[in-house]
Amino acid sequence: MYLVQFLLLSSVLFCIGVYGVLVRRNAVLVLMSIELILNAVNINFVAFGAYNRELGAAIPGEVFALFIIAVAAAEVGVGLAMVLTIYRNRKSIDIHEVDLLKG
Amino acid sequence: MVLLTLLASWAAQAVEVVPFDRPPIDWHALAPELTLLAVGALVTLIDVVFLERGRAISPAVAGVGLLAVLVPIVTLAVDGVASNPRAAFGTSEVYIVDGYSLVLKALFIIIAYLVILMSTNYIAEGDYWESEYYGLLLSSVLGMLVMASARDLVTVFVALELLSIPAYLLATWRKRDLRSNEAGLKYYLNGVFASALMLYGMSLLFGASGTTILVEINAAIGSTASSTALITLGIVLVIVGFGFKVSAVPFHLWAPDTYEGAPTPITAFLAVAAKGAGFVALMNMVFVGFWSRADVYAPALWVLAALTMTVGNLTALRQNNLIRLMAYSGVAQAGFMLAALAVAGQSTDVAQRSASAIVTYLIIYAAMNLGAFTIILAVSRRTGSADIASFDGLFQWAPAMAVAMTLFLASLAGIPPLGGWYAKFSVFTALIEGDVWWAYVLAGLAAINTVIAFGYYGKLASRMWFEAAPTAFETNRLKIPFALQAALGITLIATVAFGVYPEMVTHFSDVDVPAALTAAP
Repeated sequence: MYLVQFLLLSSVLFCIGVYGVLVRRNAVLVLMSIELILNAVNINFVAFGAYNRELGAAIPGEVFALFIIAVAAAEVGVGLAMVLTIYRNRKSIDIHEVDLLKG
Repeated sequence: MVLLTLLASWAAQAVEVVPFDRPPIDWHALAPELTLLAVGALVTLIDVVFLERGRAISPAVAGVGLLAVLVPIVTLAVDGVASNPRAAFGTSEVYIVDGYSLVLKALFIIIAYLVILMSTNYIAEGDYWESEYYGLLLSSVLGMLVMASARDLVTVFVALELLSIPAYLLATWRKRDLRSNEAGLKYYLNGVFASALMLYGMSLLFGASGTTILVEINAAIGSTASSTALITLGIVLVIVGFGFKVSAVPFHLWAPDTYEGAPTPITAFLAVAAKGAGFVALMNMVFVGFWSRADVYAPALWVLAALTMTVGNLTALRQNNLIRLMAYSGVAQAGFMLAALAVAGQSTDVAQRSASAIVTYLIIYAAMNLGAFTIILAVSRRTGSADIASFDGLFQWAPAMAVAMTLFLASLAGIPPLGGWYAKFSVFTALIEGDVWWAYVLAGLAAINTVIAFGYYGKLASRMWFEAAPTAFETNRLKIPFALQAALGITLIATVAFGVYPEMVTHFSDVDVPAALTAAP
C-alpha cells in the first residue's frame, strides 16, 4: 500500500492551498485555493480509507469524501454568487479593495 | 505498471458487496429535527404558492412553527431522556439525544424565535426577500439542532455546513449595500477556510483511528502512542477550525466586520446562535472525541482562552461603533467559555462542572446579548446608525430603552444580581475546581478581564445617562413595534430572573457530560 505517497501529495496540495488563500487577491483564485485544500482532504480520506480497510476496519473513508464533494459544491455555489454580487456593485473582485469596514 | 496493479487491487476490492441493513430509526428522538424540517418546507412552499401574498404571513408561520418544535423537545424531556439517553439509529453512537443535547436544542429554538421577532419589521420595511430569509434562517437552525446531537465526524461536518451556508447568505442579505457584501464575503472566506482546515484535521484523526465515530476515536487515540504527531496535528486543526466559528483570538478578525455589515437581526443570530453552535461542536469534540488526550487539547484551549479574553476586551475599549463594541465584547465572553473548557480534562468531576458552566453561560449570554441587540435595533430605527455617539442622552428621549440597555450592559459586565454574574461565577467555580496552577492563572486573567470590561460597558452607560442628546435626528418619544417589544420583554425578564434566581438556569443546565451511551468518560 502506497500510503506515504498519497499523504505527501495531499500535504503538498494542502500547503499550496493555504498559501493561495493567504496571498491571492482575486476572490475566484481564493475559492480555487480552498478547493485545493478540500481535495487534499479527499485524497487523505480515500487513502486512509483504503489503508484502514487493508487493516480490517470497516468504515469507508470514501463516504466522507463524497460528503465533502457534495457540500463543497454547495459552498462554492454560494461563494460565486457572492463574488458576482460584489462584481456588480464595484466592478472588481480584488478582495484587498473590499475594505470599507475597519476599526 | 505500478498504477495498473493499484487499479487492479482497487477493482478487486470494489466488487465486494457489503450487505446493508437499515438500522431501526427512533422517530421520537428525531422528532424535533423532522418538525423543524417540515416548518422550513412549509415556509418555502408558502412562498412558492402564494408569492407576494405569502410575504405577510411567512414570519408568523416561521415563528409559530419554531414554537411547535418545542413540543417534541418537551415530550422527549418528559420521557426521561436526560437520565436515559437515546440513540436515533439503532445502537450506533452516531446520533445521541440526551439531556445535554435537548437543553441546547431548546436554547437554539428560543434564540431563533427571538431573532424572528427582531427581524419581522426590519425585513418587512427594507427592500429584502422575506420568505427566503425565514427559510434560510430555519435551515441554519436545523444545522444547530443536528450539531447538538452529532457524535460523529461526518455528522458534525454536515451540521456545521448546514448551519454556516445559510448564514453566509443571510449576512449578505442587503445585496445592494457594499458593506453587507463585504460582511458576507469576509464571513464566507473565513468560514470556508476554517472548515477546510478542520476537515484536514478530521482526515488525520480518521487516519489515526480508522473510524469517524467520536467514542471510537477517543478509544483509538487514547491507546496508541505511536502517531502522536498525527493525533496532535489533527486535534489542533479541528480546534482551530471551530476557533474561527466561536471567533476566538487570533481567528476573530472577521467577526467585527461581519457583525457591522450584516443586517442587525442576523448579527444577533451570528453572535449568539452560530457562536453557541461552535461551542457545542467543541464540547462534543472535547468531551467525547478527544477526552483521552487532555495533554493535547488543554494547552491549545488554554492559549486560545487567555488570548481571546484579553485581546477581545482590550480592543473593545477603543471602539466607536456599538456593534463593533458588541462584537469584541462577544469575543471576550467566548474567552470565558473557552477557559471553562480548557480545564475540563482534569477529571470527570471537573468535566461535569465545566460542561454545566458552559451551558449556563450560553443560556445567559443568549438572553443578555439578544436584549442588547434588540435595543440597538430599536434605537437605530430612529438614528439610522450604530455609532456610540448616537446613544448620547438616550435617557432623555427613550428612557425605557436607556434603563433596559443599562441592565443588559450591567449583566454583560457581570454585576450582581443580573444574569451575567452567575454565568461568570459558574466559570470561576469550574476553574477553581480544576485545581492546577494554570487553571488559577486563567482564573486570575479572567478576573482582570472582568475589571477591564467595566471600562467600556460603563462608558457607554454613562453616555446614555449624562450626555446631551445629539441634534441630528428628532428626539421625541420613540415608538417601538410590538415584535421588538416582545423580544425586549422576554430577554429583559430572562436576564434579571436568571441572576436573581439562578436555579432557573441550573435546573436545565446541570447536564451530564455528553458521554457515549456505553462508556462515560
